[in-house]
Amino acid sequence: MGIRNFFDRIEPHFTNGGKYEKFFPIYEMVESFLYTPKTVTKVAPHARSYVDMKRIMTYVVIATIPCILIGLYNVGFQTNTAMEVHNSSGWRVWLLDLLGVGFDPNNPIANFLHGLLYFLPIYIVTLVVGGIWEVIFATVRGHEVNEGFLVTSMLYALILPPSAPLWQVALGISFGVVIGKEVFGGTGKNFLNPALTGRAFLYFAYPAQMSGETIWTPVDGFSGATALSVSASEGFSELAARGIDWTSAFLGTIQGSIGETSTLACLIGLSFLLITKIANWRLVVGCLGGMIGFSLLLNWVGSDSNPMFAMPWYWHLVTGGFAFGLAFMVTEPVSASHTNVGRYIYGALIGFMVVMIRVINPAFPEGMMLAILFGNVFAPLIDYFVVQANIKRRAKRNA
Amino acid sequence: MAQTPKELILDPMVDNNPITLQVLGICSALAVTSSLQVAFVMALAVTAVTAFASMFISMIRNQIPGSIRIIVQMVIIASLVIVVDQVLKAYAFEISKTLSVFVGLIITNCIVMGRAEAFAMKNPPIASFIDGIGNGLGYGLILMLVGVIRELFGSGSLFGVTILETVNNGGWYVPNGLLLLPPSAFFVIGLLIWAFRAWKPEQVEERDYKIQVVEEH
Repeated sequence: MGIRNFFDRIEPHFTNGGKYEKFFPIYEMVESFLYTPKTVTKVAPHARSYVDMKRIMTYVVIATIPCILIGLYNVGFQTNTAMEVHNSSGWRVWLLDLLGVGFDPNNPIANFLHGLLYFLPIYIVTLVVGGIWEVIFATVRGHEVNEGFLVTSMLYALILPPSAPLWQVALGISFGVVIGKEVFGGTGKNFLNPALTGRAFLYFAYPAQMSGETIWTPVDGFSGATALSVSASEGFSELAARGIDWTSAFLGTIQGSIGETSTLACLIGLSFLLITKIANWRLVVGCLGGMIGFSLLLNWVGSDSNPMFAMPWYWHLVTGGFAFGLAFMVTEPVSASHTNVGRYIYGALIGFMVVMIRVINPAFPEGMMLAILFGNVFAPLIDYFVVQANIKRRAKRNA
Repeated sequence: MAQTPKELILDPMVDNNPITLQVLGICSALAVTSSLQVAFVMALAVTAVTAFASMFISMIRNQIPGSIRIIVQMVIIASLVIVVDQVLKAYAFEISKTLSVFVGLIITNCIVMGRAEAFAMKNPPIASFIDGIGNGLGYGLILMLVGVIRELFGSGSLFGVTILETVNNGGWYVPNGLLLLPPSAFFVIGLLIWAFRAWKPEQVEERDYKIQVVEEH
């Protein structure tokens, strides 16, 4: 193995006392990316598990693949459909012309390639800028660059609108990585989801580029609202008039951020995470329960002035970022509750808050991002009370 | 405490800053820093109140009974705040409207109370007055720093004068809306505290826990 020998030869330069001691995190990053991490536990308890950090993170990235594929197809599909009416130009059009792919929305390959040309720049900027921050902190603080960033960067790129300006992408991931994660000590010590922290930063800092009707399909002059903002402003029944039925929302051929539109893809990813036990099923049950319970309650209460009250739970499931957040963010182990009882409560709190924000708060048509961040903040408190209740119960039993 | 007047003024600037080291007076620092002009007036108001409150409290410090000293201090501080509020309403009405309730809330600003309790009750009037000015300026310094960042990047101007021409006015700068919202001051002050403590490591508090090292390579 040539590469292995190469690493063995240069490793002494990077360990303590070596010439490039300061750059050990970078060496470690490349080496553990290619081989199994060499980290061993040196104090009790010596619990053995085949699941390590690298595997967890890799599995999450694998689980996002269906979302990426359908997301790319949908971005291209929406763009190509819009281009039948509106003219569009730019380097993407030039490149696609050069390749001779064309802009036929019935041609899956043309759709996919066009979507890829929107997704790749966003993803590359995310990786490069976020990666630079990771390496800076790893070098200064002396911890390793963790595979967790691969997950953060992928999730972050998937929850952005395809038209997001690249400098904003860079600013958002910087905020997410630095404020959302590194100031608290890095991977495993962040109580907020870094990808969502970055997204929330952009949402409040640059609302014009992050919400509205013109951003979801990057064609000038085209405007298409997301299913949620249509229901919020004109009523839930208006969706059918706009040609959005439940199946298209479930499959994901609607307006939205790059990776979040397809509930089907998110559910495939979620089942992969549940089968491999990366995601805890209690979080999913709690979140679905909270969402279904509260939306049924609102259906029953009803409202004359607010049509969102009538939105049934299976529509809440397929619109906006609910399925994506449920699959990849509610189930994130670090920022969620760590006790089993706490996981039900944490999930239910998020499910409840999503419906609450979507239906009752007039300012935000979508609530998944804010609901998850809200849940993140409460997770340690929930754990505290669960642990205290446990201590009390056991003290009573043994009294 | 035998500090020279110079130390009394300079010490609260960096080494013992009321906001970044003692983390006092955060509420008003969040609320009034979205524009530099307002932050400047607020800093002046707090400096005046802290200085005079410390001086007056110090003058009668030997007459105040210990059991009701907080109430006596509050009476003096509240009277001064009302004076400041009236002066602002008379001579700077627009700014007074923007500051609205926050002038009144100087009463509850921990810095004023804190200096009265910690310094003025034990020191002569002149030293207390200087100490009040020093702490007011330390507070003002942070307020101005936060104000510069928030106004420059949030609306592209300083003291209302356009520096970065915004997109809406035909320029190139896309203003960062988050910086105009109060929560952003949390981030900015947090980052400032981080910068101060990186510069002066002796300000870093000791950890009350230690994470066990369980892994090695």
